[in-house]
Amino acid sequence: MARIDLVELAHSYGGNAADQASYALKPISMTWRQGGAYALLGPSGCGKTTLLNLISGIVTPSHGKILFDGVDITPLSTQKRNIAQVFQFPVIYDTMTVGQNLAFPLRNRGVPNSQIDARVAEIARLLDLTPDLKRKATRLTADAKQKISLGRGLVRSDVAAVLFDEPLTVIDPELKWQLRSKLKALHRDLDLTMIYVTHDQTEALTFADTVVVMHEGRVVQSGTPAELFDKPAHTFVGYFIGSPGMNILPAEVRGREARIGDHTIRLGRSYDNLPEGAKIELGVRPEFVDVAPEAPGLLSATIDRIDDLGRVRFARLRIGDAKFGARVPPGFAVPGTTAGLVFDASRIHVYADSVLVEGMS
Amino acid sequence: MDKTVNQKAWFLVLPVFLVVAFSAILPLMTVVNYSMQDTFGNNQFFWNGVGWFKELLDPSSDLGGRFFASLWRNLFFSAVILAIEVPLGIVVALSMPRDGWSVAACLVTLALPLLIPWNVVGTIWQIFGRPDIGLLGYALNGIGINYNYVSNEFDAWATVIVMDVWHWTSLVALLCYAGLKSIPDAYYQAAQIDGASRWAVFTAIQLPKMNRVLLIAVLLRFMDSFMIYTEPFVVTGGGPGNSTTFVSIELVKIALGQFDLGKAAALSLVYNLIIIIVCWIFYTIMTNAGAERRVEQGAA
Repeated sequence: MARIDLVELAHSYGGNAADQASYALKPISMTWRQGGAYALLGPSGCGKTTLLNLISGIVTPSHGKILFDGVDITPLSTQKRNIAQVFQFPVIYDTMTVGQNLAFPLRNRGVPNSQIDARVAEIARLLDLTPDLKRKATRLTADAKQKISLGRGLVRSDVAAVLFDEPLTVIDPELKWQLRSKLKALHRDLDLTMIYVTHDQTEALTFADTVVVMHEGRVVQSGTPAELFDKPAHTFVGYFIGSPGMNILPAEVRGREARIGDHTIRLGRSYDNLPEGAKIELGVRPEFVDVAPEAPGLLSATIDRIDDLGRVRFARLRIGDAKFGARVPPGFAVPGTTAGLVFDASRIHVYADSVLVEGMS
Repeated sequence: MDKTVNQKAWFLVLPVFLVVAFSAILPLMTVVNYSMQDTFGNNQFFWNGVGWFKELLDPSSDLGGRFFASLWRNLFFSAVILAIEVPLGIVVALSMPRDGWSVAACLVTLALPLLIPWNVVGTIWQIFGRPDIGLLGYALNGIGINYNYVSNEFDAWATVIVMDVWHWTSLVALLCYAGLKSIPDAYYQAAQIDGASRWAVFTAIQLPKMNRVLLIAVLLRFMDSFMIYTEPFVVTGGGPGNSTTFVSIELVKIALGQFDLGKAAALSLVYNLIIIIVCWIFYTIMTNAGAERRVEQGAA
């Protein structure tokens, strides 16, 4: 149980000399509060597993410090840090029974037997492993194995945090849902800090209170799922979160107006503070743009196709060469190959060099 | 399913049958033939039925006494060899580096003894242990240990055992190393997270993951040491007395020394049978272990 602070933490697998562009993790400072459910979200190779391994001590950082409750634990080995981690592929000690597997982390730390039994029984009950406790941990299905791995991660009640490194990759989709809601329930019951690494946005958004989005070794935004959806701090977040992702359009912005080609769009806020020479883009989610019949005053686009997702229809369009997505209002008959676009001005964001610029209202 | 009857198919089997016949069946049958007969030279043979086998398996007879004495000696030798080489091989494998240039250096160094022909190994140790000109023998006597493998039984045994350990521990070590290398890093990381001690890592992860290669190592080392001939023959010639006369040395003494073809043939058949039975036991254990593993993987 602890608050975890990362202070200017960075890591380069190439050693100290390498320049910052090659860092697997670029310097970050952030705080993980006790009892939080966090998700580290990002595509493969964005540094999320590196960050996790730095916290657990499997990898020693080349720069910066990690504090548990204000105490610097950077030089400590994994065994001495109070941390649990569950890996992508299940690790089972197959000469032991399921129960002995669960008890292993406690036994190694010299916890009295009576406490071990009580804790193992509790974890087994929460994970529905009670009937299997006495059987040997061989010939198990992948999800049973991963449940045992999860159990070993959760069995210690005194850990600073439990880290999950894409633990549900090997599980069937249906069981994935069950195990994920189980984890969520366990988080409520056990009052543990959990950090969950994934590249699956659904997984991250359903599991976590706070989602930390990583991109190319950098944390680009951390916030609640709603914040990530409504106000992406980086074009990558807009594009990565949400399905379909956010539309990004190069534009010229002056004050309350944006020009795309020779068309002008009204913005919800005023932008007089844009940096000189930066690449300016508009970001707007497809959910906040409606397709309408072509009309003067509306930005027009070519329709590629319509995706019917059942509850909602999305049009895939092109504006010049740029791809664009927009909502098709219920009951609206698609007029042909071109359409006009109606923007919700308050939902348009402006990005300078991919970073969100706050406008003034 | 309908099978096509085609007697010409026999011709396809014929080459294999001929090769096996000439390489294995005929020589073996010759031995069976000898084991049933007695000869006094001159290429004259007399039918003796199972007489040699009866004598061989009767410890009170001369032949039986020699056979059982060498058999127990040989089993004891194999047991000592396994008891030393298997743990030692594991320790060597565990202390080998996991990556870097030193891996290749270790592997080559370990492989060296395995590349030396048996009789050369024997000769090396025969000279190495001599009290007058051998480095080992001279040094031991120099520091006051009265070591002489020609006259002292214990010294002879010690020499033969140390020689075998020197020659073959590498094999066990290399097999174990291969087993260790196949363990994914995730296991070690998980063990770190679980706070496992070095010993717990060994018993919970490394030993179970090595058990297949260990079984193969035990099988190979048992077979080799049970059939050992050249090295002790070159070093001690089976002596002093009969103290290092193993089964194969006894067999050669009877067959070539005394030219008792019938007795030697009976002994070699029984010897062969023991080896086949032990092989079969190991094979059964291994395939059962393998089947268990396959079932497990099938379920995963």
